[in-house]
Amino acid sequence: MTENAPASAPHLLEVDSISKYYGNVVALRDVSTHVNAGEVTCVLGDNGAGKSTLIKILSGVHEQDEGRLLVEGDEVRFASPRDARAHGIATVYQDLAMVPLMSIWRNFFLGAEPVRGVGPLRWFDSATAKRVVREQLRQMGIDIRDPDQPVGTLSGGERQSVAIARAVYFGARVLILDEPTSALGVKQAGVVLRYVVQARDRGVAVIFITHNPHHAYPVGDRFVILNRGQSLGSYAKPELDRQELIRLMAGGRELAELEHELEALTAAISP
Amino acid sequence: MAQPAAAGTIRPDERFVRVGVVARLLTRPDIGALLGAVAVFFAFGYFARAVNWLGDPGIAAGWTDQAAQYGIIAVPVALLMIGGEFDLSAGVMIGSCGLLLGYLTTHAGLNVWPAILIVLAFGVAVGFVNGLTVVKTKLPSFIVTLATFFVLQGVNAAGTLKLTGTTAIDDIDGASGFSSARRFFASDLTQYDYKAKVIWWIGLTLVGAWLLAKTRFGNWIYSAGGDPVAARNVGVPVVRTKIALFVMTSATAALMGIIEALELRSMQAKEGIGLEFIFIICAVVGGCLLTGGYGSVIGTFFGAAMLGMVQLGIVDAQWDSNWTYTFQGAILFAAVMLNTLIRARAQKAR
Repeated sequence: MTENAPASAPHLLEVDSISKYYGNVVALRDVSTHVNAGEVTCVLGDNGAGKSTLIKILSGVHEQDEGRLLVEGDEVRFASPRDARAHGIATVYQDLAMVPLMSIWRNFFLGAEPVRGVGPLRWFDSATAKRVVREQLRQMGIDIRDPDQPVGTLSGGERQSVAIARAVYFGARVLILDEPTSALGVKQAGVVLRYVVQARDRGVAVIFITHNPHHAYPVGDRFVILNRGQSLGSYAKPELDRQELIRLMAGGRELAELEHELEALTAAISP
Repeated sequence: MAQPAAAGTIRPDERFVRVGVVARLLTRPDIGALLGAVAVFFAFGYFARAVNWLGDPGIAAGWTDQAAQYGIIAVPVALLMIGGEFDLSAGVMIGSCGLLLGYLTTHAGLNVWPAILIVLAFGVAVGFVNGLTVVKTKLPSFIVTLATFFVLQGVNAAGTLKLTGTTAIDDIDGASGFSSARRFFASDLTQYDYKAKVIWWIGLTLVGAWLLAKTRFGNWIYSAGGDPVAARNVGVPVVRTKIALFVMTSATAALMGIIEALELRSMQAKEGIGLEFIFIICAVVGGCLLTGGYGSVIGTFFGAAMLGMVQLGIVDAQWDSNWTYTFQGAILFAAVMLNTLIRARAQKAR
């Protein structure tokens, strides 16, 4: 497609001609793209386009059947999510992996609690935890009223933001966001998009999965459009204007055909 | 002009702060238990005024003894519930472990101290089996530990009968090491017969509260009950956490069996049966949700205190002691209603 010639430095994460089959179903065929530090690559597509399959491969949940994954130019294989995380690839899922009844600071450090003291008398350094949470969220431009409040009391956008801040704090170099704006209202989605940009500006490579071109276009540097498991191309932003992105997303020709069919139908039923 | 305006700006501020504090307290899981315990204490202060309920230290020694009997095991039971599981074998384990201690010291002729170590190891083993079965089979712990309960109940009764020909093992005080062990586990403190049990109860409550609030294990307990899938996704060892909680519960039941055997100098085959639900009531009164993920060890302490007071208060007020059950049921129901309210508050966007 319209991939640029290989730059002098290898890409932080590169996907090269990846395919995945579930039995005789082709979930993903020959998809290629890349993302660099401080850039956002958007993966767009309708339901069933293969977006989730792609994330699952990138985050180590599934392995691809064909094609290569490269981190900084070296081929890697992810046998588990832990492998992906070891390469600095963090995934923020739609369900966020947060416990609603637990406070923000407890959630933020869940599974990686800072401790003080020695031996059996080590304790969870809650003062540090609360301070770090406040700092990190403030750096992302999030003002929480009280780190003690349960995550369940936060709005959907705030929860996404806390999850993003957590991934960035724990050293994510590549952040995969699975439909972070899909369940949100217009205003909340805007809030989350701002944190995507914040993460990018801190040098994180972001892979942003969405089915909404209006959310993708303003923040993306590169766009991959998937349709029924096939890639419709990987475009840098200058190669694609918003209208073209929307047209590709809607499945261009299919939409034109549908329009034609509807016209014919209207003509047939009108006297 | 300036003065009333200033007063006008300060007054609403104060009101906001006051509402904030009340709302904050109402999201705490343990506040209901504290208020309930205080209410029950003063209620019996009135109904049992004939025996000087409020003022007689001997009366307080009586109900704290009872409360400690509930409260010691209620600590790990509460942690286990916050971790999302139940242990219905925690009551019968008191009997099993007391009987085992009795057997080892009277029939096997062991010194009390090594016998205590063996009993504690037995407690750890039963907890480990409970925990491993629950996490491996993914069956509800309610069913798994109900099975353990019935198995042990049969063993206790049949084993004791075969061994002694009666329904109890007696003469534990004849064993060597008995008096030093009894001093440590089951002595009377002060002239009013406060039991050493009460110290164990307070001590274990402090340890449990510290574990839950101030350690990473505590964070794992909350998450294992709140959302085990999310917890596993971020690297919490959920399986190990749950097994550890079952082990703690059974080991504490073993400790209680040791305390009772040393205190009573004999052990009944039926000891402890029925208490498993009392521990759960203590935890629920203390703010633990039946669905896990939320609760308080301090609240459970007040829950145990409340049930201890009810048990003895009804006798001291010279009511028919059968009413105890009715009271326990009513307290449980009120606590569940209050918890539901508090949880809804905690989850509502502020």
